[in-house]
Amino acid sequence: MTEIRRPKGTLKQISSTTPTRFDVHLAIIGNGITGVTCARLVRKRDANARITIISDESDQFYSRTALMYIYMGHMTEVHTRPYADSFWRDNRIDLVRDRVERVDVLAKRLHLQGGASIQYDALLVASGSTSTFFGWPGQDLDGVQGLYGLPDLEQMERWTTGVDRAVVVGGGLIGVEMAEMLHARGIHVTFVVREPWYMSYLLPEEEGRMVERHIRSHGIELIMESELKEIQPDASGRATSVVTAKGEEIPARFVGLTTGVRPNIGFLEGSGVETGKGVLIDRFFRTSAEGVYAAGDCAEFREPLPGRKPIEQLWYTGRAHGATLARTLTGEPREYNPGVFYNSAKFFDIEYQTYGRIDPKPPDGEQTLHFEHTDGKRSIRLQYSLEDERPVIGVNLMGVRHRHAVWAEWIEKNKGIEFVITNLSAANFDPEFFDQYEPAVIEAYNAANSTSIESATGKGWKRWMAKLPMRGNLEERRLVDSLSHLP
Amino acid sequence: MSIPAYNAQIALAENPASDATSLQKAGLAVFGLGLLCVLVALFSDLGSQRPILMFALIGLTIVGGPLIYIRDLLRTTQPGINNNGVMFSSNQARGLIGWIAGIVLTGGYILLYWFPSTLEGLIRVVDPLAYTLRGSAADQWFLYGTIYTVAVLVMGARAIVKYRHSRYQIIRTCSVMFFQLGFAFLLPQLLLLFNKPEFYFSYFWPLKYDYLWPGNISNIIESGAGLGVFMVFWGAMMIAVVTPILTYFFGKRWYCSWVCGCGGLAETAGDPYRHLSDKSLGSWKIERWLIHSVLVFVVVTTALLWINSASEGAVLGGVSQSFSKWYGFGIGLVFSGVIGVGFYPVMGSRVWCRFGCPMAAVLGFQQRFFSRFRITTNGGQCISCGNCSTYCEMGIDVRWYAQRGQNIVRSSCVGCGICSAVCPRGVLNLENGPRDGRFGTPHLNLIADLEMLED
Repeated sequence: MTEIRRPKGTLKQISSTTPTRFDVHLAIIGNGITGVTCARLVRKRDANARITIISDESDQFYSRTALMYIYMGHMTEVHTRPYADSFWRDNRIDLVRDRVERVDVLAKRLHLQGGASIQYDALLVASGSTSTFFGWPGQDLDGVQGLYGLPDLEQMERWTTGVDRAVVVGGGLIGVEMAEMLHARGIHVTFVVREPWYMSYLLPEEEGRMVERHIRSHGIELIMESELKEIQPDASGRATSVVTAKGEEIPARFVGLTTGVRPNIGFLEGSGVETGKGVLIDRFFRTSAEGVYAAGDCAEFREPLPGRKPIEQLWYTGRAHGATLARTLTGEPREYNPGVFYNSAKFFDIEYQTYGRIDPKPPDGEQTLHFEHTDGKRSIRLQYSLEDERPVIGVNLMGVRHRHAVWAEWIEKNKGIEFVITNLSAANFDPEFFDQYEPAVIEAYNAANSTSIESATGKGWKRWMAKLPMRGNLEERRLVDSLSHLP
Repeated sequence: MSIPAYNAQIALAENPASDATSLQKAGLAVFGLGLLCVLVALFSDLGSQRPILMFALIGLTIVGGPLIYIRDLLRTTQPGINNNGVMFSSNQARGLIGWIAGIVLTGGYILLYWFPSTLEGLIRVVDPLAYTLRGSAADQWFLYGTIYTVAVLVMGARAIVKYRHSRYQIIRTCSVMFFQLGFAFLLPQLLLLFNKPEFYFSYFWPLKYDYLWPGNISNIIESGAGLGVFMVFWGAMMIAVVTPILTYFFGKRWYCSWVCGCGGLAETAGDPYRHLSDKSLGSWKIERWLIHSVLVFVVVTTALLWINSASEGAVLGGVSQSFSKWYGFGIGLVFSGVIGVGFYPVMGSRVWCRFGCPMAAVLGFQQRFFSRFRITTNGGQCISCGNCSTYCEMGIDVRWYAQRGQNIVRSSCVGCGICSAVCPRGVLNLENGPRDGRFGTPHLNLIADLEMLED
């Protein structure tokens, strides 16, 4: 066995108030946001734990969400690293570039592809996802790929050189990013999407149509309600065209398959760790094996939280998993309790934020209030219950920025729709001088409900006065106060 | 300082992410023709023989070419952040063109300051404008002011088009264009026309260091009479009273990225190079040492000059004179000019503002300790992508704060607002709010019962 390099120098207590809970070796498979967040917070709470992160993808943590910007030339890979090179040394987190072949949960030992093995006391499996294809003929041809990590990006760089037409199949978040990436390099993109409107499993029709219009306005050829049938090769085994289920043949030297991801857990086969689609875990991220935890994209809750999916594959949930688990690993067991849901994305130039729950179609007993700007690039949708106080359940924002803290509080405290739209300017997070749409939202509500509600900030000169820097916004002030009282 | 080559793909003319349209190429060709005319003027006496013709020719091509290019960007791009190909660009990512541009700019400053006679041919070209504005022939400083103002206006038009999705950016860019054209170019020339002292109402001590030096004050009052007294009063009031008040309410941005000419050039002509600023902790350390040393230097120099003046040379003799001479040379010329602007394509657009400007140091103290300004981080929405840090011209690692949910309160922040503009997730916003809780509390995902992230 090769001993993993241990940093020189004495281990020093970070703070005298942090009791040392264990002096053990925590091994983490995967250097994504989940594993790194957990490692960072364990180190913060425990000066003595030995921490090793193993990754076969990259030498160090980078922001996966920024992959597209590397390809488009907004940034280089170095810019996407959230921590300086010295961070890992300073925090005594060992980085190992290797691939875990096999986990021996009885001997508590990891066997690496390079021949080394690592003894652990606690193991976190945070190995993320891998692109998933559905057995299409031609899916393994040269020029056909998904997009999940840096190796994919390098391959895409090679495979798109000199290409002038490409097809992207699958209309999720990675699909639209890939379309934008290719478009930015001057490659003509045909975008094949199965759903009746863009992301119909997540977005109401108006928002979906807005995204479609915007994608098309950039010159992308968007084909809705169509599916991939097969990819045709040329003589050299390189993709040359795509055939859809409707029989259309679209020439393409590059084919992006963005039809989803699945947990990357092949190396656990035969280890005895129970898996379903992902590694099965309880609310403490414990797997069926003693001392083995799983979190992030690769983990599957045996009992998902109400309103949440068993497998959560977002940047934000990965970070929350890692942070919660760090607590448990340092002697304060903590159940996963992520609070009000939130997410964000960007569809070309249209930013999207969501807080709480918005359904593509509101269920019985719930309703939505929808405002769309005449430019067709901005909208606000509030979903609320029709019970008593009409509490707000969620918000979708297209091309408008709102405050996370304000929405989390409103939704958590079941604030009623009329309170929310009256105080909506407290949630506004757009830059100075931007148009504000709160009055339009109130108008839409008044029109739909025959009410005559007015904004809490008033109209005309009062509204203007409220924006002056000399006056604190009261709602905002109150929220700032309540936030500063967080532990 | 090691300067990495950004991308192995950097080629001279090939940029996979931005193919120029034929109209854009035509615009660039017209601009190239203008540069050729400039060379002809430099190495011939055409400027003094046919000044109006040469002025019109150079003016039209140097201004018109880029405007054709910029006008076409309106057609070929949609409103929104478009930094496609920046890291593949030979000009913008320290490729060959970038280095050549840096050498040409630096060389230009050296000629301007120490060998102005070499620029004689070009100085004569702006004579028609000089006679119109101030009734006398141009000198090298008039030529410099003209080039500087044209750069701010033309590249300001580019900045407006590039950031047209943000009204904050449009208004702010118009502001720096207005102050450069009106307060830093036209007004001082008009003052000369009426035989008044050349005075810049938009620059104050300690940036315009000699405005509070005794020798210069007596010159202004002597030659400007009542107006001169007002000018001195204006300068003193601006730095002593108006600056702290405005900075309290708005942060240092009211000056650095809305009014100041140095900032104006950085935000317009320097915008293509903004990402080249070094983000390392080491450069932050150098920044703090350097900028505060310059502030001490100018304060000491000013104090010595006043002691010397009050004692009529009895106390210090020539010491104060050599201090002021060396400040003027080392800081006024070399640092703010040659390095500050000449190194744009290599070290980014705010080298002077970040490492040298004593006015920025004063405003920075006020912003850090006595201001309502902060950049607010929006809860847990940060995805750590790095666009904010990359495009911060002041070298602030914005992401370091944003990803831990903390507000950004930094003395160096000039409030340009680009971090907020390039953020793909709506995380950052420039705000003036209550001073309590201004720094925010680090948190993760707004999960109240999790350990907070104090570092």
